[in-house]
Amino acid sequence: MPRSALGTPVETLDKIRQVAIKRRPPETAEIRVCCGTGCQARGSLDVLEAIKGEVQNLDADGEKPRVKKTGCQGFCEMGTVVLKTPEDFFHCRVKPEDAPAIVHRGSEADESVRKLQFPDPATGEPVNRMQDIPFYRKQKRLVLSRNGSVDPEDILDCIATGGYHALASVLAHTPPEEVIATVEKSGLRGRGGGGFPTGRKWRTCRDAPGAKRYVICNADEGDPGAFMDRSILEGAPHAVLEGMAIGAYAIGARQGFIYVRNEYPLAVERVTLAIAQAGEFGLLGENILGTDFSFSVRVMRGGGAFVCGESTALMASLQGEVGEPRTKYIHTVKSGLWDCPTTLNNVETWANVPIIFEMGADKYASIGSEGSKGTKIFSVVGKCKNTGLVEVPMGITVREIVEDICGGVQNDKQLKAVQTGGPSGGCIPASLADLPVDFDSLTEAGSMMGSGGMIVMDEDTCMVDVAKYFTDFLRKESCGKCTPCREGTDIMYQILCRISKGQGKEEDLELLEEIGKTLKVASLCALGQTAANPVLSTIRYFREEYLQHIRNGVCPAGVCRELLSYSIDPELCKGCGKCVRACPSEAITGEKKKPHVIDAEKCVACGVCYDQCAFNAVQRTSPRKKR
Amino acid sequence: MDVSIVDEIVLQHMEESARIVPILQDVQRHYRYLPEEALRHVAGRLRIPCSRVYAVANFYGAFSLKPRGKHLIRVCTGTACHLRGSFKLMDLLASKFNVEDGETSSDGAFSVEAVNCLGACALAPVVTVDDKYLDGVSPDRLLKIIKQF
Repeated sequence: MPRSALGTPVETLDKIRQVAIKRRPPETAEIRVCCGTGCQARGSLDVLEAIKGEVQNLDADGEKPRVKKTGCQGFCEMGTVVLKTPEDFFHCRVKPEDAPAIVHRGSEADESVRKLQFPDPATGEPVNRMQDIPFYRKQKRLVLSRNGSVDPEDILDCIATGGYHALASVLAHTPPEEVIATVEKSGLRGRGGGGFPTGRKWRTCRDAPGAKRYVICNADEGDPGAFMDRSILEGAPHAVLEGMAIGAYAIGARQGFIYVRNEYPLAVERVTLAIAQAGEFGLLGENILGTDFSFSVRVMRGGGAFVCGESTALMASLQGEVGEPRTKYIHTVKSGLWDCPTTLNNVETWANVPIIFEMGADKYASIGSEGSKGTKIFSVVGKCKNTGLVEVPMGITVREIVEDICGGVQNDKQLKAVQTGGPSGGCIPASLADLPVDFDSLTEAGSMMGSGGMIVMDEDTCMVDVAKYFTDFLRKESCGKCTPCREGTDIMYQILCRISKGQGKEEDLELLEEIGKTLKVASLCALGQTAANPVLSTIRYFREEYLQHIRNGVCPAGVCRELLSYSIDPELCKGCGKCVRACPSEAITGEKKKPHVIDAEKCVACGVCYDQCAFNAVQRTSPRKKR
Repeated sequence: MDVSIVDEIVLQHMEESARIVPILQDVQRHYRYLPEEALRHVAGRLRIPCSRVYAVANFYGAFSLKPRGKHLIRVCTGTACHLRGSFKLMDLLASKFNVEDGETSSDGAFSVEAVNCLGACALAPVVTVDDKYLDGVSPDRLLKIIKQF
């Protein structure tokens, strides 16, 4: 057992922990204010200050609650979110002026906080406790639990609640070989997209010849619609660092990198601070916890290129080159960063590592489904009622996530499809809503897990438009190195544009499928290989909608603007002028309090007037009326 | 142009072997874009060809080779924002102000960038104005914001 002058790693950490606990006694009540990017955008920093001010004014003799800034608590729709312990009273949509009511809240039935309580969707009764809110009830928050309870800017708060304990006990008792065996046994698979078994990756890297090794945390979360990695880095940066340190110990690396998107300034700031604090307490750097294991981590900001989420492109970017992928006949675990064996995992995967060692591989493997172990975080966004971050055991159905946890579709519309896997994924139709969500089932259905974005689409979403949107995204983000991806995505986009303008031909669908298949087999990296998924999956499940566009010039969802006409019903129009002011092309005219008219020549069919009208006077028709 | 600041930035990153991207990020933070003169200077200091610096600057979407306006409006065009109508914001900027993605208004008051995802999907559609996040932005609200510039 490695021993230093201070004692074993566990003893060393325990000394720090005792100091931390003394400073922040666990029995003290807490008021936890969510300060993730979402809640901050809604003014949570002002709420935090208001609550701090209110607490300061409390009587000096009574014990004051500790006011804490936490990472994202997940329920972004209801931001700013404030939790009060030990009762776990949950408050939503909190404004600074609500601070006194929350601080002085004594009982469950306190009338003054009623408007801050979440109303139960079934009964309309206000819900008191976090765990009784449907959004949280069905979740299993292993990774995200730290997010809501720990101050991400204070390492002592993290250590007081068990942070770095897994690292300390690994360093004290577990040889690297056994660490890898434990990860293998847990069944952990990469949370970034591909779902590759993490343990196997580590083993190959450890066994690869070479003097120097690296670990990388992929925080280049490029999938639009996914933000769990940002939230983890912002809310529990130490969990990621601890996971990376365990991984580095297992494979024999001394240096780690976190490659994080430049669009995530708060994540960059928090993880940089976390690295500095961990260094101060000897949890990173030379001779960690008095052992001979040394490991340091550096943060690198990305440059806003989607393809850099691909492992070889990311490593090229880290080396200061243009972020283009390379062929992978030699894997990066054998020859990666600067041609050294490199283990790359994404943020959520690293954050799962300490949990495996805390709860044990067997227990971890008991969560989830046959081939997919543990929990997965999804960002459920789009047209659903309660958007936010949801952590669930794998194998749960799409319906349970969308309906039970996230409250179903907004404005009581019909669920049409759920898009998973970002631009590389596909659309799962409502008819498959009972599909279990795990790596293999999603791939079978023509989509993929991806990093866990789940975009809810309702009847007002046009699937041709969705396919066009993703193809446009990929066309722009294709690095252009290989021809199938560069040209294929562009041609697919042009065909989809034609279809959305009503100029498509029925043969176009076959052509799209053919190009899609070519991309799958001939592209250099995963970006191109999966680029056709949005197109192929929407044709597979929504062929009828494509045909409506092609044959009749109709966009049933009312999205493809070249197929739409807008007019104003003179009976319903009150002449309020709201649409006149909103119209970007100045196509609407009319005197005040008299029915307005849309000039079809000037109208670009953007639909802004349709959204703005409070009297439903703007009519939308498809196919487009002849001018 | 005083490029001594570029010298300073290069020096700060001297010990790093892979320093072009971070250097360009810091140069851009200072000038708010990447002026040609600064890029040439970086190449000289790092003793690498200008073409390599240009390739990196041109490849990554976060770098701008054109001067930016006084304010920077970034419109999130991620999936969640798209579904909730962020394309209408880009339409508005194009039709009312004649400013497309990556361009600056004729009076130099603001530049517009469409970004893939700002990671605040629950607040869609999201816009940042000079790095401040705004949630649920309607065309109406965007107009009001621009009027205040």
